Amino acid sequence: MDLAGLIAFNVLTGIATLVLITLGLGVIYGMMRIINLAHGEFMMLGAYTAVTASGAGVNIWVAMLILPPLVVGAIGLVLERTVIRFLYGRMMDTMLATWGVSLGLIGLVTTLYGNVVRGVSTPVGSIDIGRYGASLYSLVIMATALGALAAMFGLLRFTKFGLILRATMQNPRMAAALGVQPNRIYMATFALGAALAGLAGGVLAPISGVSPAMGAAYIARAFITVLGGGPAIVTGTGLASGLFGTINELVSFKTTPVIGDVALLVAAILLIRVLPQGITGRYLRRSL
Amino acid sequence: MTIPLSSAPWRSAAGFLATLALGLVILFGAPRTLDTFGLVQWTGFAALAMFGLSQGFIWGFAGVMSFGQAAFLGLGGYAYAVSVINIGDSTVPVLLAIAVPMLFAAILGYFMFYGRISDAYIGVITLTVSVILFQLVNATSGSQYRIGTAELGGFNGIPAIPALNAPGFPDEPLDNEGIWYAAMGALVLVYVLLRAVLASRFGRVVVAIRENETRAQLIGYDPRLYKLLAFMIAAGVAGLAGCLYANWGGFISPTVFGLSMSAQVIIYVLVGGLGTLVGPMLGAVLIQALIIAAGSQSLLDSNLGLGLVLDGFVLLVPQGLVPVIRTLGLRLLQRRAPRPGPADGAAGLATERAR
Amino acid sequence: MSAALPPTGLGGAPLRPLIEARGVTMRFGGVTAVAGVDFTLGEVELRCLIGPNGAGKSTFFKILTGQLKPTEGRIALRDTDITGAEPHAIARLGVGIKTQVPNVFNGLSVRENVFVAAGRRKSLARTRAIVDETLTRLSLTGIADRMVGQLAHGQRQWVEIATVLAQEPELILLDEPAAGMTHEEVHRTAALIREINRTHALIVVEHDMPFIRMIAKTVTVFNQGRILVEDSVDAVLADRRVRDVYLGKQAG
Repeated sequence: MDLAGLIAFNVLTGIATLVLITLGLGVIYGMMRIINLAHGEFMMLGAYTAVTASGAGVNIWVAMLILPPLVVGAIGLVLERTVIRFLYGRMMDTMLATWGVSLGLIGLVTTLYGNVVRGVSTPVGSIDIGRYGASLYSLVIMATALGALAAMFGLLRFTKFGLILRATMQNPRMAAALGVQPNRIYMATFALGAALAGLAGGVLAPISGVSPAMGAAYIARAFITVLGGGPAIVTGTGLASGLFGTINELVSFKTTPVIGDVALLVAAILLIRVLPQGITGRYLRRSL
Repeated sequence: MTIPLSSAPWRSAAGFLATLALGLVILFGAPRTLDTFGLVQWTGFAALAMFGLSQGFIWGFAGVMSFGQAAFLGLGGYAYAVSVINIGDSTVPVLLAIAVPMLFAAILGYFMFYGRISDAYIGVITLTVSVILFQLVNATSGSQYRIGTAELGGFNGIPAIPALNAPGFPDEPLDNEGIWYAAMGALVLVYVLLRAVLASRFGRVVVAIRENETRAQLIGYDPRLYKLLAFMIAAGVAGLAGCLYANWGGFISPTVFGLSMSAQVIIYVLVGGLGTLVGPMLGAVLIQALIIAAGSQSLLDSNLGLGLVLDGFVLLVPQGLVPVIRTLGLRLLQRRAPRPGPADGAAGLATERAR
Repeated sequence: MSAALPPTGLGGAPLRPLIEARGVTMRFGGVTAVAGVDFTLGEVELRCLIGPNGAGKSTFFKILTGQLKPTEGRIALRDTDITGAEPHAIARLGVGIKTQVPNVFNGLSVRENVFVAAGRRKSLARTRAIVDETLTRLSLTGIADRMVGQLAHGQRQWVEIATVLAQEPELILLDEPAAGMTHEEVHRTAALIREINRTHALIVVEHDMPFIRMIAKTVTVFNQGRILVEDSVDAVLADRRVRDVYLGKQAG
């Protein structure tokens, strides 16, 4: 019974982690239909922001939850204005450009900070589930994931900006005819996606080694989850995270985390054979 | 990415003969002019140029956005290493280095192409597959992970891989010069074979599908099958490149599966020119020379340079060097006002491909 | 409305149908684009499809060629059930289509376009013979080595027709073949269609009434996804309902 509780707790943590690392990618994919290959590096920048800020004496919660999205969102904005915006309408070029950004950021951070692994200590302790101990920090991850998902839903559902976003997502030309500038929307979307990636990096910094190449450890799972989820940002990310998080955690528990990732990939490839546009490409099309 | 309209390769027999001649000159000239160090370095170039050919074929001609060609490079390299350690004679291992990636590509390609997923998804899935193979092989440290007598070695890789030998003489491995002839000879051969494939009816259909998949279908061709076969061919070429790569240093590690390997080969093609076969080979040599030059001074990380080159070419020279040089050359030859260029057709193509 | 005229061949004798659609329905979400269409075409028959925009003609073509899978209904080509078959499989059974928006290989030359279409499962010599014959027949020899992407719209239409002919189909579907053509080109197209019809069955979607009069014997009128009327060209063009449908479209 205790073991079942622990496994359930771990599955929930796994799902929450997937939501966190996927949401920013899902926002950009849902809106712009491009996969941001620099997503992992945006997370890495968020983690470095957390490490640097907490090292400079900033309150750990501020350093983890507030600063990373702001800093990385701003970096995303700058990159969108200087690189990405020239390539809209050329899907492949846009993806290649984000790959270039990815390499550039790895190189830049390696040059500035060196190729060493840093860390932040976890700000909370552990709890007991029966005979087993579990990290209380998992609750922080779950709360952040839930908060981010709810915030995205609220933003899309209840704000004017969200309405414009949804309109542009449905039909960019029509939105443009109504006076919305798609380029502005794409700019805001890219910055928002970057900020969410930054948040994920900040929150995950205490439980992962922070290094220039850390993004690679997360992107495979994030990509798979976005593909599986399809274009609807909140529903797609939520459903796919639920499905893949469960598979990943259960297989990882039985074997190793690497095999867990392999299982994730196999599940995703089988899924897209049946649903080529992801879960929300086929079902729940009108969801957010 | 706009693929140049004049890329139909069977039209430029002159270019083919010039490239072939240059390849043969390098093949026989290099051992006479370079020292051992230089020759070994050029062997590495030849292996990576073949890797570039693989990417150039699948992306530039079949229009399949494979972002994870490193998966096949790695599979080929590991297939060779593991089997040559077990078998001794290198003949079967070389064949396995080609066959294993092709088989893997057949399975992966079946799910991708017969699932009719979008171009962006194909890019992401191939990339993800290579990342996960990297993680998988990286996690095989310890003596329990062995195939036959070959220990996989996890992140340390497999050292002391036996070199190629003439079929039937496993006790007489090739020396550096012999491996050079094998690598560069294989590169020339693969180049000729790919040109032949592209000139064949199969190749024309592959290019036609890149141009307009719907029309190809309505004529009676099954695009899924042709893409799958092209994907397998490219995987076999990448696998052979992996075999040569393993021979080059006598060593292989999981980094062959890595993201930066996939990124590098994309950059080879982009720099050299999408829709050409010469371009990716040229790009491989240029970029590798650049990385070596950057490695000798440790001020900047090479990833930064690669990122800048990638974005610079995407933004400023999206067609790559070879087509640009070719166009300039033709203009010089003609010495007249250039004909109305392919610009508007190309723009149409670009928007079509962007969807 | 499915009481079609008995299909007649060259000798006027009734033939078994070449293509037979029964109860074909296509729904997109809540919209029904094609609703329970019964359609029969005989061997070597020429049929014109007319009807206002959005009547379901192009959707019906896409169903016949396998680009869309019908929600309901069955389609048979001679004795083969082709309902929901892949487009390439239907093409191999001998169905060729010129689509409404030109579908050509922009990055290949005119000759290469025709070559790829002609060359499926044929010897090289035979393929070359078909290519030369088709290029001559459609007067494309002069621009055979030009890139199709650089040609004018009308010329690309001809290239597309050439690719369809080169694949040697038994049934040819033409979706608005005269659109965007000059007066003289329209006449050439009509003559070509009559010539093709000596040996092949055709279904032609067109809005241009004078053009219809030039080629048609039997006309099927689509309206709101259904077959409104099917009769000889003179009877159809005199039909009050047909005029209402078109006038309604013009007024609305």
